[in-house]
Amino acid sequence: MKRHLISAADLSRDDALLILDTADELARISDRSIKKLPTLRGRTVVNLFFEDSTRTRISFEAAAKRLSADVINFSAKGSSVSKGESLKDTALTLEAMGADAVVIRHGASGAPHRLAGWVRGSVVNAGDGTHEHPTQALLDAFTMRRRLGSLEGRRVTVVGDILHSRVARSNVLLLSTLGAEVTLVAPPTLLPVSVGSWPCEVSYDLDSVLPKSDVVMMLRVQRERMNAAFFPTEREYSRRYGLDRERFARLKEDAVVMHPGPMNRGMEIAAEVADSPRSTIVEQVANGVTTRMAVLYLLLGGADLGGEDQ
Amino acid sequence: MSIVIKGARILGGEPADILIEDGAVAAVGQDLTGDETVDARGLIALPGLVDLHTHLREPGREDAETVESGTRAAALGGYTAVHAMANTSPVADTAGVVEQVWRLGQEAGRCDVQPVGAVTEGLAGERLAELGAMADSAARVRVFSDDGKCVSDAVLMRRALEYVKAFDGVVAQHAQEPRLTAGAQMNEGAVSGRLGLTGWPAVAEEAIIARDCLLAAHVGSRLHVCHVSTAGSVEIIRWAKSKGWDVTAEVTPHHLLLTDDLVEDSPVGSYNPIYKVNPPLRTRADVEALREALADGTIDVVATDHAPHPVEDKETEWDAAAMGMIGLETALSVVQEAMVETGLLDWAGVAERMSYAPARIGRLAGHGHPIAAGSPANITLYDASVRAEVDPGSYASKSRNTPYEGRTLPGRVVATFLRGRPTVLDGKLA
Repeated sequence: MKRHLISAADLSRDDALLILDTADELARISDRSIKKLPTLRGRTVVNLFFEDSTRTRISFEAAAKRLSADVINFSAKGSSVSKGESLKDTALTLEAMGADAVVIRHGASGAPHRLAGWVRGSVVNAGDGTHEHPTQALLDAFTMRRRLGSLEGRRVTVVGDILHSRVARSNVLLLSTLGAEVTLVAPPTLLPVSVGSWPCEVSYDLDSVLPKSDVVMMLRVQRERMNAAFFPTEREYSRRYGLDRERFARLKEDAVVMHPGPMNRGMEIAAEVADSPRSTIVEQVANGVTTRMAVLYLLLGGADLGGEDQ
Repeated sequence: MSIVIKGARILGGEPADILIEDGAVAAVGQDLTGDETVDARGLIALPGLVDLHTHLREPGREDAETVESGTRAAALGGYTAVHAMANTSPVADTAGVVEQVWRLGQEAGRCDVQPVGAVTEGLAGERLAELGAMADSAARVRVFSDDGKCVSDAVLMRRALEYVKAFDGVVAQHAQEPRLTAGAQMNEGAVSGRLGLTGWPAVAEEAIIARDCLLAAHVGSRLHVCHVSTAGSVEIIRWAKSKGWDVTAEVTPHHLLLTDDLVEDSPVGSYNPIYKVNPPLRTRADVEALREALADGTIDVVATDHAPHPVEDKETEWDAAAMGMIGLETALSVVQEAMVETGLLDWAGVAERMSYAPARIGRLAGHGHPIAAGSPANITLYDASVRAEVDPGSYASKSRNTPYEGRTLPGRVVATFLRGRPTVLDGKLA
């Protein structure tokens, strides 16, 4: 594996399977009453969050703590960053503190690439601008595997604001690496003009794609996109691209519904669909911790995971 | 005092001697003698280069560049005149500011500095600046540009094009439709889609160029198009010229060589803002179209768009970084690599596009003359036979934001003469 996890494209098929298999093993440990492992004792993981994202931050924090790492949470608000400190100076500060890994969430695409040039520790991308969110793709793949078994040949449909979605970019890359067939569905305004060069299919018509999908992943649609004329109204978006009860009923019997959260209930997904047993939305959150444990464990080359009884 | 340049190949031709007296070329021939001799055997002699598009940053951003440091860089790059863009602080939108810049150039003395005046007050795109006052000032401004900003209001652009006819001026447009490029970060295409950077569509440039060509034709004015970057822009300009309209255009060295895939993968990493520039680097197909257009005369001029920025404005995440690249000290080398070594231009063609044409468009009477008896002795001696790795540490520019670091480029400016006085000798400031 590479030293950093910045893009899902950094992962070979073997790397990705190793992370997912390791996460499986860690999930078994997480089921025990004492969840903590000593493997990263004495190592320091910094959560460097330039954007508010409580969900992702606490997921990484829980993952690092269950591996006994020391965790430092550095949020941009109220810190030197809000006083105008540059990313580079922040990086040098973390470097001086001896961070073994830096988990970074940043509003600018590519910020983790820049950070990786300034620190010696491993950089884990926890979402950069509209670029990528590779651990989200890993936890999604992990969740799919648990429900469906191997992803080889499985049909995954991703619906929503692809243009601005880091989740979509990472999922397209990782799922194609793992042999799944991805179809993106969105209004043409919310697809990159170059989407034809991506390793996936593209459709503007959700209804034609749903019956053959094994997985339907709904993405959050931000209301401000409407003001920038990406689509006319929320109502029209919901009618054409929302997963409502009628569409849900036309899914294959064993198909699952996913959403990276946070959801707009009633917009891209109906409440009944989100809460149905075929929805993995809560599972995804739990799986986030184990998948991120696997990533930190493998990147930091932690000690032996230990026997079942340890 | 006289100087004789021995054995120079004028425009790459047969070796000849050039005799300089009283700031002018006195004779060109064989076995000439003078008080001083410069050995130019094996070197190519070009008319002193003229840049239509330079950012000298003074007044206001003297941390990035000054007239003094920028004209040193220009001389080392083989230039004898540069047009200083108006986006300084304060903006060069009054007779006072353009005269200040002009005077600083006179004092620096290494390279003539011809100020460009802003089209609109404060580059705000709302009211015309006092164009006539700048034209009538000591700086004798003839080129007007809001460069960095587009004069996007069609009525204002029409008025500017018309108004400057009174003093033989030209509007140099930075073609960028602002609504189509809100928040734009790089060329919109396959790379921007993968990188999640907001796209800068080619049509945002092309739509303005098409509109401006039609406006210029309608009011019978001259139009100059700054830093053309797309194949589509080339087609529109070719069409406008075929109509006989008075449209000229420039291309930068970097748009002749570099492509947008460097943002994704380069020797200096991914998302390195050293490649962030306005207009953005485009695709290989655009580069090919620009080279062809420069060769066939559709694009008239190579202009550097030398845009110095301090380190801290580039050592940031991509979105936060400043746009621009320095280019005065590498322009001729890049043109050699992109145009001469590819067989698209000979040295006479280089002289036309880097000296004669920019001087004509800028109405600089003292520049852009052939090396012949009676011409002002503005001469650049160039060794096209060497190759060297780019070393930004060696540059006279105050800034280091070159996209060529680590690359090997051909050629070296050996000497530059401004009205007979050497400003550069043996590749060093004289």
